Amino acid sequence: MPELKVTHQKAECLYDSYERKGELTHQTHYCPGCGHGITMKLLAETIDELGIRDRVIMVSPVGCSVFLYYYFDTGNVQVAHGRAPAVATGLKRARPDSIVISYQGDGDLAAIGSAEILHAANRGELITCIFANNAIYGMTGGQMAPTTLLGKKTTTTPFGRDKIKDGYPLHISEVMSSLDAPVFVERVALGNTKQILAAKKAIRKAVESQVKGLGFSLVEVLSPCPTIWKQDPVEAQRFVREVMADIYPLGNKRDRTADAEPHPAPAPEPALSELPAILKLPKEPAPADAAPPNPREVDYRIKIAGFGGQGVLLLGQLLAEAGMDDGLAVSWLPSYGPEMRSGTSNCHVRLNNRPVDSPVVTRSNILIALNEPSLQKFVSLAEPGSLVLYNGDSIPAEFRREDLTMHALPFFELADEVGTAKAGNVVVLGALLEVTGLLPDETVDRAMARVVKGEKWLEIDRKALSRGKQAMAASLGKEAACHV
Amino acid sequence: MPVTAMREDRGFIEVNAQECKGCGLCVEACVQKVLHLSAHLNHYGYHPAEYDGRGCNGCGLCFYACPEPGALKIFKAVA
Repeated sequence: MPELKVTHQKAECLYDSYERKGELTHQTHYCPGCGHGITMKLLAETIDELGIRDRVIMVSPVGCSVFLYYYFDTGNVQVAHGRAPAVATGLKRARPDSIVISYQGDGDLAAIGSAEILHAANRGELITCIFANNAIYGMTGGQMAPTTLLGKKTTTTPFGRDKIKDGYPLHISEVMSSLDAPVFVERVALGNTKQILAAKKAIRKAVESQVKGLGFSLVEVLSPCPTIWKQDPVEAQRFVREVMADIYPLGNKRDRTADAEPHPAPAPEPALSELPAILKLPKEPAPADAAPPNPREVDYRIKIAGFGGQGVLLLGQLLAEAGMDDGLAVSWLPSYGPEMRSGTSNCHVRLNNRPVDSPVVTRSNILIALNEPSLQKFVSLAEPGSLVLYNGDSIPAEFRREDLTMHALPFFELADEVGTAKAGNVVVLGALLEVTGLLPDETVDRAMARVVKGEKWLEIDRKALSRGKQAMAASLGKEAACHV
Repeated sequence: MPVTAMREDRGFIEVNAQECKGCGLCVEACVQKVLHLSAHLNHYGYHPAEYDGRGCNGCGLCFYACPEPGALKIFKAVA
């Protein structure tokens, strides 16, 4: 009687049981006859054979391929729909020693993720993509994918995919092989055991090319989806072999693994201590220079809004810097975006004697509105009893609120008087200090000297600041007089 | 392991009947025609694959055809 030994069994890099649900912990979630299980098995075997399990990071996207992290006892990252190659790029660059393998279906890679795969391949990222192509959206119930065959009836092409309306099946491997960077691209199929063994070879070669550091590799696997195709597993396998492989020609599309040069090792990361010099940051003040914590009970939630170009962001920055010098915890949250192009712009500033929990100011207790749209947008969010400064001669009647202290001053006209309307934001700062006294004058001056670039501007801004204080004092006096 | 049943056979297939989903791809792939689907249902309601008990040569083709990573274990005679 011959002695027997195990030649094939579950790969070591797969978990013994899968913690997906209480039951079925030893079964995958794939339907009977699904190609994913086979592809997964081939990939797992490759990882075992190459002895790279501890270095592998699997990147699984959205679709039936989503659950790889329940199966592969390797590093795992589950990513947003289509973004696997982008995340894989980051993983590989951050951890050059890892072997990063993205495993995506056609609804993911060829549709929503077509930009990511194209550019990752074109950049020649050192990653491996396993692309399971079953020419349909399987998990969501059978919608047309870019890879769906012409004439195929799906839930979104009930009369069959029409080349005029729906376009042609997308040949990803051919697209990949039209690029310069990829070193290995092959299309394989799971149509019979011969094809499956060829698929194994291709997957191994693709992963190996990453281990050797040669470049981007992709294996497209034509894979059966019996459930959605409404075929039994054996029929579906035949369909892959006889119909799909006819539309999607099998074979190697690119193999430069023999003569590709390994990518040079990335330059070592600079030490943390070198970063300030690289970023040209000024030396940090010695601990003795840092402001001592401020004992005042302070919680200013300031919202500053206006047109782009009015100095909204700089005003916020000045407040935050000065607050920091005053020993307060501060945050400055500028809102960037299309408003940078002459739209509206705003920023949130928080000054607090305790650590700031969130930099977002939803309900302001100081609102600085430098134009009418900003007042209109934010006045309703001002806290009752809080302060509003508005750039204008008077508060427009429709935005007046009895429960707020509202001041209107033509800040930019006042700035024009001291030399340039551009300093209007600093006039606002002066007025704000006058009415609230929220920060000491000398602290603000010190912060301004640091933040404002150039002596000429600093001089103008100092004038603007005192003009603002003066104008607000005058206005307060007048109002007081009115009340009397 | 019921190795004693082997006699002259060069191989042996162990089916995990609770893991098998009865898709039949291993039956299709087997060159020796020594696999069939059981008449019985497993816990999950599938007819699992079953080894006839003899005739396996340990080629492993059924293993690669099977979509479940751990449903089949293949043994082969040493040299």
